[in-house]
Amino acid sequence: MIDVMYFAWVRERVGEPREQVDTQAVTVSDLVDELRAREPRYAEAFKDLSALRVALDQELADFDAPLSGVREVAFFPPMTGG
Amino acid sequence: MPVRVQTEEFDPSEEIRGFGRGRTDVGAVVSFTGVVRDDDGTLDRMEIEHYPGMTQKAIEAMVDRATERWELADCLVIHRHGAMRPGDQIMMVATAAKHRVAAFEAAEFLMDYLKSRAPFWKKEFTCAGKTSWVDAKVNDEEALKRWEE
Repeated sequence: MIDVMYFAWVRERVGEPREQVDTQAVTVSDLVDELRAREPRYAEAFKDLSALRVALDQELADFDAPLSGVREVAFFPPMTGG
Repeated sequence: MPVRVQTEEFDPSEEIRGFGRGRTDVGAVVSFTGVVRDDDGTLDRMEIEHYPGMTQKAIEAMVDRATERWELADCLVIHRHGAMRPGDQIMMVATAAKHRVAAFEAAEFLMDYLKSRAPFWKKEFTCAGKTSWVDAKVNDEEALKRWEE
């Protein structure tokens, strides 16, 4: 089980801030493919990966990063702090 | 090196009082305050969302990098989340170093990284009731490149 979190418009499109996902996905991209296949709201949220960022256990990562040992995955748009 | 992520307002002049004092090796103190801007009088408020588990750690990592690279004597970062009105303070950065170039550069480095690498997302609410997420700017991403060693 992996905790999956969504922020900003990704959260709004998916419709919830976090959920537990039972997955055998090897990489972040595999997880994205699984989520996309679930329901249209996920397909909509993950339509364009270039508009998304991912963090694994609260560290920024790439979409081809492995999920082995990861407990928390977060998806969000490019950050707008400052 | 204090890092504060908070909803409460803060007073930059209060924060800067005493900052870098008590040390005789500090020759320069720089501070920057970011304020909610409303260009055409249509903004009601801005709401900033963040990733609680990651924000503090991410900013502390940036502060560590800046402290090491510019040999800062002190460094302060405050960043708010939640609802803010035009004219409200969003965040501030202060740096204390031996020389002004180091203090200015470290503050700019922290600003550039806070903009594009700290997990905050701004949403604007207009007086007419429209909402929109603020898009990240290509320039902001470009700005990080000058700090790559």
